[in-house]
Amino acid sequence: MSQILKLLAQRIALSLLLLFLVSILIFAGTIILPGDVAQSILGQSATPEALANLRAELGLNDPPLTRYFAWLGGILQGDLGTALTSGQSIADAIGTRLGNTFFLAFWAALVAVPLAIFLGLLAVRYRDRWPDKLISAVTLTSISIPEFLIGYVLMYFISVRLGWFPSVAMINDGMNLGQKLNAIALPVMVLTLVVLAHMMRMTRAAILNVMQSAYIETAELKGLSGFDVIRKHAFPNAIAPIVNVVMLNLAYLVVGVVVIEVVFVYPGMGQYLVDHVSKRDVPVVQACGLIFAAVYIGLNMIADVVSILTNPRLRHPK
Amino acid sequence: MSDPLVKVRDLKIGATVYPPGEKPKEIEIVHGVDFDLKKGEVLGLIGESGAGKSTIGLATMAYGRGGVEITGGEVWVNGRDILQSGLRDVRRLRGGEVTYVSQSAAASFNPAKKIMEQVTEAAIRHNKFSRREAESRAVDLFTRLGLPNPETIGNRYPHQVSGGQLQRCMTALALCPEPDLVVFDEPTTALDVTTQIDVLAAIKEAIRDTGVAALYITHDLAVVAQVSDHIMVLRMGDMVEYGTTDQIINAPKEDYTRALVSVRSIKHVEKPPTPEPVLSVRNITARYAGTRFDVLHDVTVDLHPGQTLAIVGESGSGKSTLARVITGLLPPREGRIDFAGRSLSPDLAGRSREDLRELQMIYQMADVAMNPRQTVGTIIGRPLEFYFGLKGREKQKRIQELLDAIELGDGFQDRYPAELSGGQKQRVCIARALAAKPKMIICDEVTSALDPLVADGILKLLLNLQKIEDVAYLFITHDLATVRAIADSIAVMYQGRVQRYGGKTEVLSPPFDDYTDLLLSSVPEMKLGWLEEVIAHRKMESAGH
Repeated sequence: MSQILKLLAQRIALSLLLLFLVSILIFAGTIILPGDVAQSILGQSATPEALANLRAELGLNDPPLTRYFAWLGGILQGDLGTALTSGQSIADAIGTRLGNTFFLAFWAALVAVPLAIFLGLLAVRYRDRWPDKLISAVTLTSISIPEFLIGYVLMYFISVRLGWFPSVAMINDGMNLGQKLNAIALPVMVLTLVVLAHMMRMTRAAILNVMQSAYIETAELKGLSGFDVIRKHAFPNAIAPIVNVVMLNLAYLVVGVVVIEVVFVYPGMGQYLVDHVSKRDVPVVQACGLIFAAVYIGLNMIADVVSILTNPRLRHPK
Repeated sequence: MSDPLVKVRDLKIGATVYPPGEKPKEIEIVHGVDFDLKKGEVLGLIGESGAGKSTIGLATMAYGRGGVEITGGEVWVNGRDILQSGLRDVRRLRGGEVTYVSQSAAASFNPAKKIMEQVTEAAIRHNKFSRREAESRAVDLFTRLGLPNPETIGNRYPHQVSGGQLQRCMTALALCPEPDLVVFDEPTTALDVTTQIDVLAAIKEAIRDTGVAALYITHDLAVVAQVSDHIMVLRMGDMVEYGTTDQIINAPKEDYTRALVSVRSIKHVEKPPTPEPVLSVRNITARYAGTRFDVLHDVTVDLHPGQTLAIVGESGSGKSTLARVITGLLPPREGRIDFAGRSLSPDLAGRSREDLRELQMIYQMADVAMNPRQTVGTIIGRPLEFYFGLKGREKQKRIQELLDAIELGDGFQDRYPAELSGGQKQRVCIARALAAKPKMIICDEVTSALDPLVADGILKLLLNLQKIEDVAYLFITHDLATVRAIADSIAVMYQGRVQRYGGKTEVLSPPFDDYTDLLLSSVPEMKLGWLEEVIAHRKMESAGH
C-alpha cells in the first residue's frame, strides 16, 4: 500500500510543480507582450504625469520578480487581481462565469461520456459488422465538421425550423434547473457530437486490444455471452486508457468551448476571455489562462490517479 | 451399453492463413478424426505443434481459436451434436458441461479480478450452484489440489500467487461447475519440472476423485503416460495411432509413434577437461540495477575448448543472468571473466570487436532474433561483412557453405524468416553465429520452443558442428534430457548459486545433494506408474525424516 501512496503523492506533487511552471510561463508571456498597460488604460492622450502615477499605482515599476510573487501570492489567497477595463475584481466576475462553464461542461460530459463508452462497447461487440461501421462513420463525420458549423446547422434545424430549443443559450440565476437545461440543450448536443468520436474510438481500440488476451478466451469458454465478456472481463482492464482520453475531452469541454460559447452567446469563461483579449485586459487573460491550466492539469492528474488505482498489481502488491 | 460421453466422428477443421504477399486462403488443419470418450475416462492427445491437438480439444467445446473453423463432422457431447446446436446451447455447454484448462494460467486469469470470483463464475452463471455453494466447493477443490491457505487464497489476485499455484487454481476453475469433461491443454508445459510433478499429481488425483472425463493434450509423451487411459497420436491433423496407454508406450505400432517414444536417441560421451579453459568465470556476484539483492552469488565455472558446459536450473535460478554477465550486458558487482587467455571487460562497451566475434549467442526464440524483413542470405551475410569484410562472390560462397553446414539446401538464401519452420529458423540462427567463426557460443534454451523430434535434430547438428569447428558451447537449459544428450560438464544452479558442478557423469551420479535429487527425480519418465512411484517414494522419505 505504501508504494501506491508514494506513486499518488508523486503524481500530485508533479501536477503542482507543473502548475507552478505554467504560472511562470503565463506571467512571463504577458510581460514579453509589447505595449504598456497604463497606456492602454489611459489612452493615447494621457499626460506623462498621469501615466507615471498609474504605473506606480499598478506597481509596474517594480522588478518583474516582485510583481510575479505579488500576483502569485494574491492568487493563492483567492485574489485574481482587478480587471483593467472595468475596475472590478476578476474573481467576482469569473465566479459566476466559471460556474456556468462547469455547468455546461458537466451536462455535456454526463451525456457524452456514457454514450461514448456504450457506443465503444457496442462497436466492439459488433466489430467489423454494420453497427461498428455505422458508429465509426457517424462519429468520425461529426468530429470532422467544424464545431461552429454543427452549431449553426443544429440551430437552424432544431430551433428555427422545429422550435424545440432556444437558439441562444442565455442562462441566469433566476432560472430553475429545467429552464437552464432547456437553454443549454443545443450547445450540449454540439459538444457531445464533438467529443464523442475521440472517446468512442479509444474505448473501442482499448477494449479490442484487451480482447486479444488469453483471459478473454477463458471467459468465452465459460459460456459467457459476448456482451458479458466485454463488460465483465475486457472493460475493467481497459479503464486506464479510456479514462485518459475521457479526461482529455473533459478538459476540452471546459477549456475549449470558446467557439461554442460565442456561437450560442453563452455567458461562460470562453466568452469572457475572448472579450478581454480583444480589450487587451492583461490581468483577466492571465487569470483565465491560469484557471484553464489548472483545470487541464487537474483532470489529467485525476486520469493518472485512476490508472494507478485501477492497476491491481499496484493496488494489491504481493 | 450406453452411449459414450463424447463421440467425435470425421471431425474436419479448417483455418484461414495469411501467407506473406498472397491472398488469404483456406486450409484444412484436421482431416477427419474419430474418437470416443466414456465417463470418467482420460484420453491423451499427443503430437507435435501443428498436429491439431489443441484444435481438436477446443472443438469439443465448439470453439475455434482465431480464424479456426470447424468445417465438417460430428461432435456429440451428452447425446447431442454440438456442431448443430444453437449459440445458446453451445454457451450452456461451455463452462457447464465441458471446461478448459489452458497452458498458461498466468495469462488465462483476468488480472483485474480476484481468483475466487473467476473460479466460481461459470458454476454460478450456469445455475449449477449458488454463490455460497460454489465458493465452498472452490475452497474444497483448493484444498484437494494442495494449495496453501485454501480458505483465503481465493481472495487474492492472480499476480499474487505463483505460476504453479495459479495452474492449480485453473484446474479448480475447470472442476468447480462439476463438468462432465475437462480439456487439459498442456497444463504443465510452462512449469518447472519440480513444480510440474506436483501439479500433475494434483490433477490426476482431482480427475480420479471427481470421476470427470478428460482430454489431456500435451507434446510430452512421458507426461501423458502418467495420467491417461488411452492415447491418440496425432500428426499434421491426422490420427497416427490410437490405443491404450500401455500399448502406445510399450508396443507402438507406427514408426512415428516409435520415434516419439524413443526420442533423445543421442549418445554423447563426455570429453575430459583440457588444461586451458576457453572461458573461466571466477566468483561472479551480480544484481540488477535498482534492486537490493544479488541474483548471482559467487559463481565459478570453466568451459573448455570444443566442449559443452550445460547450465541447468529452473526459472529464477540465475542461469540467463549468468549469460548476460558473460556477454557484458550486465556488469557483475564482483568477480572476473577470462576468455581465450585474456581478461574480458565487464562492460559490453569496453570489449573489442575481436571479443564480440569470438563470443556469439543463439536464443530461445529464433523468430524474434531475426529481422523479419531481411532474407536468410542477408541475415547470415551480415557477420561476414562486419567481422571479415567479405563482399560479393566471396560472401555468397561462404553463405552457401554455412547453409550447407546447417543442412539447408539451395534456395534458402532468398527466403524470409516467415517462410521457414521453427527448426529451420533456429538453424539459420546457428549459421549466423557460426559465420563469425567464434570460439564459444552461448546457447540460451535453444531447443525449448521446438518439438522433440526437431529439437533432437538441432542437438545433433550442434554436436556435429562442434566436432568440425571446435567451438565451445555454454548451454543454458531447464531440460535435463537435453543436458544428458549434449553436455561434457554440468553446473546445476539454484537460487543464484552453483549447487553442483563437475563432469557430466559425476554430476548425474549419486550421491546427490537434496536439490539435484529433487530435480532429477522430477523429470517424467516414459513408463506407466512413474508418477505414483515418485510420489510414494517422496512421502516415505519425508516420513522417514
